[in-house]
Amino acid sequence: MPEINNFTMNFGPQHPSAHGVLRLVLELDGEVIERADPHIGLLHRATEKLAENKTYLQNLPYMDRLDYVSMMCNEHAYCLAVEKLLGLEVPRRAQYIRTLFDEITRVLNHLLWLGAYALDVGAMSVFLYCFREREDLMDVYEAVSGARMHAAYYRPGGVYRDLPAQMPQYVASPYRDARRLESLNANRQGSVLDFIEDFTRRFPGYVDEYETLLTDNRIWKQRTVGIGVVDAERAVQLGFTGPMLRASGVAWDLRRTQPYAAYADLDFEIPVGSTGDCYDRYLVRVAEMRQSNRIIAQCVDWLRKNPGPVISDDFKVAAPPREEMKTSMEALIHHFKLFSEGMSVPAGEVYTAVEAPKGEFGIYMISDGANKPYRMKIRAPGFSHLAAMDEMAKGHMIADVVAILSTMDIVFGEIDR
Amino acid sequence: MTDALENLRQTLSAKLGNSLHETRLERAELTVELALEALHATCVWLRDDPACRFDMLIDVCGVDYSEYGDGSWEGPRFAVVYHLLSLPHRQRIRLRVYADTELPIVPSVVDIWAAANWFEREAFDLYGILFDGHPDLRRILTDYGFVGHPFRKDFPLVGTVEMRYDADQGRVIYEPTRTEERVVVPRIIRSEEEGRYHARNQ
Repeated sequence: MPEINNFTMNFGPQHPSAHGVLRLVLELDGEVIERADPHIGLLHRATEKLAENKTYLQNLPYMDRLDYVSMMCNEHAYCLAVEKLLGLEVPRRAQYIRTLFDEITRVLNHLLWLGAYALDVGAMSVFLYCFREREDLMDVYEAVSGARMHAAYYRPGGVYRDLPAQMPQYVASPYRDARRLESLNANRQGSVLDFIEDFTRRFPGYVDEYETLLTDNRIWKQRTVGIGVVDAERAVQLGFTGPMLRASGVAWDLRRTQPYAAYADLDFEIPVGSTGDCYDRYLVRVAEMRQSNRIIAQCVDWLRKNPGPVISDDFKVAAPPREEMKTSMEALIHHFKLFSEGMSVPAGEVYTAVEAPKGEFGIYMISDGANKPYRMKIRAPGFSHLAAMDEMAKGHMIADVVAILSTMDIVFGEIDR
Repeated sequence: MTDALENLRQTLSAKLGNSLHETRLERAELTVELALEALHATCVWLRDDPACRFDMLIDVCGVDYSEYGDGSWEGPRFAVVYHLLSLPHRQRIRLRVYADTELPIVPSVVDIWAAANWFEREAFDLYGILFDGHPDLRRILTDYGFVGHPFRKDFPLVGTVEMRYDADQGRVIYEPTRTEERVVVPRIIRSEEEGRYHARNQ
């Protein structure tokens, strides 16, 4: 009788379902996981240290690069922190624009998650459907900020500029004929808001498509039901937030419990799961996409009716309008000081959090009155989730590790920072 | 919200007595500075007491105060900051303990909140703060075999080593870094009276 020992297997850091650069050391008994030890930090860029050496405005684009699939939510947390230190009021329209883009970001994030999760578990086609819709939303990102991903659109005091009156259109090219061009531009004739509204009308049908592919799919259920179960008490103990917490049956959502931006005025529901397994987390996220769609529609409606300023008129914090800069000496000086020395923020410390698609994304900022943060700590939701990997994977098979890892919605930009 | 925090502050003052060094209620956030010895017992109490119920540990982070206010800081160099969240009461609280400058040791709270595990490893890795009672205090974010604690203020921003593939030796080697640190925008502290920010509102 040969003696059978546990053996240790290395998973990643180059593995398609490691969602970036995760090295996972798995201790196995046959095919059953005895211990999972995630080694993180392969994408560590010391964002927090860099932030201590950059002005408040220079730090903002780093936020996009943390969780690089929910860019604007990270910017939102950062802007809230700076605004809270300054005691700055944000115009109402800017708050609605932020809410709108937070929800667009949530849909973007959940679409990527859904596609990648389905791919990890073995369903190829969902990925392609999800990316089709992501393309539309990325175009919205591009229309307002000029960048498809790393937008740097939110600024302390509001957002960089108002929504454009014209949605950018496809241009003629040798690769598409006139009819194709016309169909591509069919919903891009009006403003950005028109395009988003058109999207909100189409989107519920798309979500139905994903659900047709997955929700009652037998293979999908076999791979997700009862996998990686975390009960409510344990989820709180482990510091879970966002869909991970809600799938375990805790109705906690910062948009409802500690409302920021315009969420207090909007009508939406908080989907909550019951068992806390991978299937519940899937259902919660899909339901969240539908709710986000509702919020987007409400924001579009409000934004149509209420024009106004989108950034604070406090020129010590936000740049003065371009036209004014060309004529007013004072505005020119403000602009010069703001983009060279930057703004000085009163001494103190704040913690601000937003309900990012993955959970509570928080910024803890200490200022000593300088033009750079003294210390900035980024509280990434994925960090706590991945820390629970060992507990969730124990006793499952190797194939389930991929399902569990994927269900956490891991992005290494935010975990390694 | 602020009233509830004010109540909590009074409850804490009554309960903790001398081990409570300072409480501050600023910008609708309650900060409590504790004596190091009282940290663990206070955390257990904060989690279990029905008036507090801080059942979730949101964040633990280290802070190096050595260059705070361009050297005006007096007091211990390191601090550990805990952010707690109470789901039933919808409240947040911030705890801070200062640690000794030479050998910062802070009691671990992993046995109170399991979430503390990685956060404490991170604070150890980046600041060299030791957590007494932590089950597995390894480095977490830095490279295998990394020397130093990179988030300390005396650690250079450009780092100390750089890495390249050496064709002769056929492996990756580490060398002292050749990158020079440069400061594009100097760090400037403006006093409130001088008021770059406050000027407009006067």
